[in-house]
Amino acid sequence: MQEYFLLFISAIFVNNIVLAQYLGNCPFIGTSKNTGVAVGMGSAVVFVMVMATGLTWLVQDKLLVPLGLGYLQTLAFILVIAALVQFVEMFLKKMIPPLYKSLGIFLPLITTNCAVMGVALIVQREEFGLFKSMMFAMASGLGFMLALVLLAGIRERLAVRRLPVAMRGTPIGLIMAGLMSLAFFAFKGMI
Amino acid sequence: MIITSGLTLFGIGFGAAAILGVASKLLYVKEDPRIAQVEDLLPGANCGGCGYPGCSGCAAAIVAGTTSASTCIVADGDAISAIAAIMGQEVLDREPELAIRDCTGGTRADTAFHYEGVLDCRAAHQLYGGNKECPEGCLGLGSCVRACPFNAIEMGPNHLPIINPELCKACGNCVEACPRGVIHVAGMSARLLHLNQTTDCLAPCRQRCPAQINIPKYIEQIKAGDYDGAVMTIKERNPLLVTCGRVCPRPCETECRRQHVDSPVGINMLKRFVADRELHSGSRLSVPCAKETGKRVAVIGGGPAGLSCAYFLRRLGHSPTIFDAMPALGGQTRYGIPEYRLPKADLDWEIEGILSLGIEAKLNTRFGRDFTLESLKNEGYDAVFIGIGAWQASGMYAEGEDLDGVMGGIEFLTAHALGQKPATGNKVIVVGGGNTAIDAARTCVRLGAEVTLMYRRTRNEMPADVEEIDGAEDEGVQFKFLAAPARVIGDANGKATHLEYYEMELGEPDDSGRRRPVKKEGSEQRMEASLIIPAIGQKPDLTCLYENGDPENCPLETTRWKTIVADPNTFQTAIPGVFTAGDVFTGPDLVVSAIGDGRKAARSIHYHMTQGSVPVSETTQKTMIPYTLFDEVDLVKQKERGVMPHLCHGNEQTCTFHEVEGPLNEAQALAEADRCLRCGLLCYDKDMGPDTKTAEPTKRTR
Ligand code: SF4
Ligand code: SF4
Repeated sequence: MQEYFLLFISAIFVNNIVLAQYLGNCPFIGTSKNTGVAVGMGSAVVFVMVMATGLTWLVQDKLLVPLGLGYLQTLAFILVIAALVQFVEMFLKKMIPPLYKSLGIFLPLITTNCAVMGVALIVQREEFGLFKSMMFAMASGLGFMLALVLLAGIRERLAVRRLPVAMRGTPIGLIMAGLMSLAFFAFKGMI
Repeated sequence: MIITSGLTLFGIGFGAAAILGVASKLLYVKEDPRIAQVEDLLPGANCGGCGYPGCSGCAAAIVAGTTSASTCIVADGDAISAIAAIMGQEVLDREPELAIRDCTGGTRADTAFHYEGVLDCRAAHQLYGGNKECPEGCLGLGSCVRACPFNAIEMGPNHLPIINPELCKACGNCVEACPRGVIHVAGMSARLLHLNQTTDCLAPCRQRCPAQINIPKYIEQIKAGDYDGAVMTIKERNPLLVTCGRVCPRPCETECRRQHVDSPVGINMLKRFVADRELHSGSRLSVPCAKETGKRVAVIGGGPAGLSCAYFLRRLGHSPTIFDAMPALGGQTRYGIPEYRLPKADLDWEIEGILSLGIEAKLNTRFGRDFTLESLKNEGYDAVFIGIGAWQASGMYAEGEDLDGVMGGIEFLTAHALGQKPATGNKVIVVGGGNTAIDAARTCVRLGAEVTLMYRRTRNEMPADVEEIDGAEDEGVQFKFLAAPARVIGDANGKATHLEYYEMELGEPDDSGRRRPVKKEGSEQRMEASLIIPAIGQKPDLTCLYENGDPENCPLETTRWKTIVADPNTFQTAIPGVFTAGDVFTGPDLVVSAIGDGRKAARSIHYHMTQGSVPVSETTQKTMIPYTLFDEVDLVKQKERGVMPHLCHGNEQTCTFHEVEGPLNEAQALAEADRCLRCGLLCYDKDMGPDTKTAEPTKRTR
């Protein structure tokens, strides 16, 4: 139990996927202008990350490893994740239209989100079991969401402040992300 | 190994594709096929100018009905028609809109351009408030240029943005980018409806012009040789430019900044120059009008206020009908201003141009006799404008003034204009000091009489234009200053023969600031007269409003000066949908004031008919903006003011009713236009000599 708790805490705070691992920076900067959007994107990431990690774990364990094709990992995962996102999009559009509407444009964006791919690859490197992998994926997704919502909150406030124009938008977003990243380093001492 | 790898990847791919293929069959969501059709017609540029995320977003919104078929700012007319056809909609012509820059720049942009480092107007504006001098003007750093997705703006040589009308799509990005509100996007109707705001860049002349004409702009156009453009700029505010170019007493020139250097720019001469060019060109410039709205407005009175109101209503797409009691339109510009100042043929030409826009005129139709407010309502007019002017001469309050041979100034001029040949005899006394008095006097001189103009103060206090007084003197009018009528003496037949008058002296200043004339007791004297013309003042004749001739039955509130009471901002009277302006509202005033107020009333009527209420902005400019009035204007070389050629030289033989003054010729007009300093609120163009670079601009204000 304690192991899972620690895994959870470390994935969210200590090894935060964006702020400590620097993965998924484009959607992090791109969708953190508004808290509502950040929550939407965060939920979509959590959802896809868990699904993708589970599926890629199975592909690795049941297909690539038995065939001795471990080196095809990256290529195969890309294929799987892209197809998964497409599938999820179709599924949601048909079955849960309100959720599809609220995730809307974020779903396709996730296809190119390296954080999703990153988590799928990390769990392989760490040699986690299926359940643990999915737990880790969920925690990483939540970590992404947390960072996104925090930054969105900051940027919403910055948007109405007096800023030199050269600093507006992405530049100040990156600086803020950097500062947040420094702050998150403090969690390193926790575990 | 390679084969296994290839097969595995292929297998995963194939598996994924197969699953997606099956899923797409099972999870198929029916989408409106029109979305794809509409999207095909959009340019696929994904510029975002429509406000939706890309062309597919725009197409979805069009099909969902949340936006119109013409939302795409890049699609051309054919594409829009095709989209509308898919949507079962009809394409209506939208008024073309264009971004406009109002700022005149001057030294301001030059100084601002030296900001380096944070090279953006908004940064400069936020960090330092931009340029320290002008609170409204262009900062010249060109954020608008960068904001324009169509490359329609570039920075001109004066560091002022120049908008290319060919490329401008009126998307408004520049408007958003500019922190100073220097650029705005407006179509013709919006420009016609705009009232000067204190946040606009208003040169002093433009602040003072009762018609709010964009004076610096038309002078600039003249300077650039764009005479037609100048005419159109004036016509955006004043349809009677031939008339105003001749008779306007030029209040704008009294505020012209150039007077602190030498003498004011001949603003009105320039107006007359371009107006006369159109007049004598043999053709008219075409004046655009908005699409018909089907709303009908009754305009009562065809004088300057009524003509202006009808003209602007027509341009805004409404259908006005002018009702006038006289046999021809023009009001007092026709009947009160003599031929030698404003030839009737020229006035006819100008009025014809206004009517040709599609305005109906019913002449010889008197309000109160041939129709009433009630009958207009029954005929289905959506609004009524009352601009019946001030046609009643005020009396002299002297005994015997109702004798035969005493005739009010405006009555005399009207009778003369109607060709009734009022008998003048050979000795005429005109009483009064205003323009009407001078007009009456000069008319009588032309009719062969010996004229004395009697005024109770001195020449310096005369309210008439100096040029008019000089003209009268040149033509032989005798002046009798410091004299006031006591009584009219008649013969046995009740015909006036003499005017008895007091001599006066000037006492303490009165409310108007002029010294009050005081009667010298026992100074009565007599002067012989065959005709006495009191031209002391005018007031509106409101009997047309009274039912059964009883003032108690007047449906509108009136003042003791016999003017109609209305909201000074909206010109709406106590009866909703009934508006007024001109002399019947303000009391006797300038032609150009009536024209300006006619437009403001038309604006109110437009809003009343289309929105139900009339918006009035708190920043509407009413008085001169104090910091724009300088005491000194530095670094400007003196230049002689142009003089309009005199066509008549005080010789009785030549003083016929032909026009007295002619227009400037082209070279003179260009030289005069060149005198304009092209003022903004605080800035103006200096003569760029070698020493001007280092010199500080004038900042003193009063
Ligand atoms: S118009 Fe506005 S945005 Fe453009 S240069 Fe001037 S101040 Fe800057
Ligand atoms: S110099 Fe030109 S812009 Fe300035 S107040 Fe005179 S007419 Fe107007």
